[in-house]
Amino acid sequence: MSKIMKPIRKTGIIGYGAYIPKYRLPASEISNLWRDGQDKDFLPIKQKSVPGPDEDTITMSIEASQNALKRAGTDPQKIRAVWVGSESHPYAVKPSGTVVSQILGIVPDTVAGDFEFACKAGTEAIQAATAFVGSGMGEYALAVGMDTAQGKPGDALEYTAAAGGAAFIMGPAEEAVAVLEGSYSYVTDTPDFFRRAHQKYPEHGNRFTGDLAYFHHIFNAVTTLMEELNLQTSDFAQAVFHQPNVKFPRKKAKDLNFTAKQIKEGLLVDFVGNTYAGASVLGFTAALDKANPGDRILLASFGSGAGSDAFSFIVTDKIEKVRDRAPSTRSYVHREEKIEYARYARWRNKIVMH
Amino acid sequence: MDIPRYWRLRNQRYRLEGTECIECGQRNFPPRCICPHCKSDSLKSFRFSGRGTVYSFSTIYQALDTFDKDIPYSIALVKLDEGPLITTQLADVGPDEIQIGQPVEMVIRKIYEDGENGPIQYGYKFRPALKE
Repeated sequence: MSKIMKPIRKTGIIGYGAYIPKYRLPASEISNLWRDGQDKDFLPIKQKSVPGPDEDTITMSIEASQNALKRAGTDPQKIRAVWVGSESHPYAVKPSGTVVSQILGIVPDTVAGDFEFACKAGTEAIQAATAFVGSGMGEYALAVGMDTAQGKPGDALEYTAAAGGAAFIMGPAEEAVAVLEGSYSYVTDTPDFFRRAHQKYPEHGNRFTGDLAYFHHIFNAVTTLMEELNLQTSDFAQAVFHQPNVKFPRKKAKDLNFTAKQIKEGLLVDFVGNTYAGASVLGFTAALDKANPGDRILLASFGSGAGSDAFSFIVTDKIEKVRDRAPSTRSYVHREEKIEYARYARWRNKIVMH
Repeated sequence: MDIPRYWRLRNQRYRLEGTECIECGQRNFPPRCICPHCKSDSLKSFRFSGRGTVYSFSTIYQALDTFDKDIPYSIALVKLDEGPLITTQLADVGPDEIQIGQPVEMVIRKIYEDGENGPIQYGYKFRPALKE
């Protein structure tokens, strides 16, 4: 049995777009407040992005999707599916996808819904959008991975839980800037990280988060994908992994024999933090910004619970024409204003008023 | 509950849709039923580009409870590239960073949350135009 997933009709990315909020909280702020700086030499990242008080997953999804539309040059009315992957949808009941569709002018001839699979909800949406277009149910589909991640004050995850993500318009391969060569998803029931209904902050299963979750699932997804497509690591110009911190993707890349150069462009976590459902796809947009026609790019997400989606894309010469139609991912990375913990606590509702 | 009002005005708030007079070409925001320039009732929908410059601004330090989390925030009169002057809240910018004549662009942001249980209202704000 072939394990690789390929649509009947060849499909690819027509347009892509990123969004990262402007504000940054240095990890040293958290360290100083909660650990008296004791861990200052071992911080998981330098800083993380923080959404402004008027931003959420819907507003950020809109800007990333607008950038994807600019690159795609597609009539929004031809988009027949809008799927937003996130673990921080503003509503428990009411789709983020309907607001995004209305604002982008996609309504009413569309399906619109939300995905949730911890940090791999965005790539899950890409899988579904690929299948939707690849089966001929619609000409184009929009998939978004976006989060305003929650971190409990003082918890290890507070250092990294950040905000941002990316959007992709999937469509026919003939129009694509990157054509999907194949994908593979690896999923098991693993309790490494979870948030119960009505709870404000997630919990993590401590020792489950590394070997049994992140490393095991990405390893199986990537090695199966490469075996099924008969590829070696040297066949990829770039590789992008889910990035909860700097250490994990670097170790994973080394285990799989990818070089530091192959993961360099797509590794953004040190500057913007872990954007959860946005993390791997945001890194992927940075990789596309620097890609050359003919390059093969590996994208491997990880979502707690747990699973990994692995994709192999081949970049086409169309990328040269569309790249500059929207702001680069790095331009959002560099657009930064550092804030102190007090402002972060106020904006992120960590100060209980009643 | 502002649900009916926001639903009715959603294309105005979400997409900066105003009107253009078919007779004299005057563009208006918010949309009009009668052209204020030539009094014609022949108007069509017109979507503004969302680009403009700061005409004037003021910073709010004492706000309604609804906007408490945002203070201090600035509101501005923005001269749209297509002509109309509109009132808008500014985003991603501190009071000391705004200048008259500064190029700004429209973004979609949360305007306010109607309490803990009510709807979240989204709409246009303007921020300093991004530099590539």
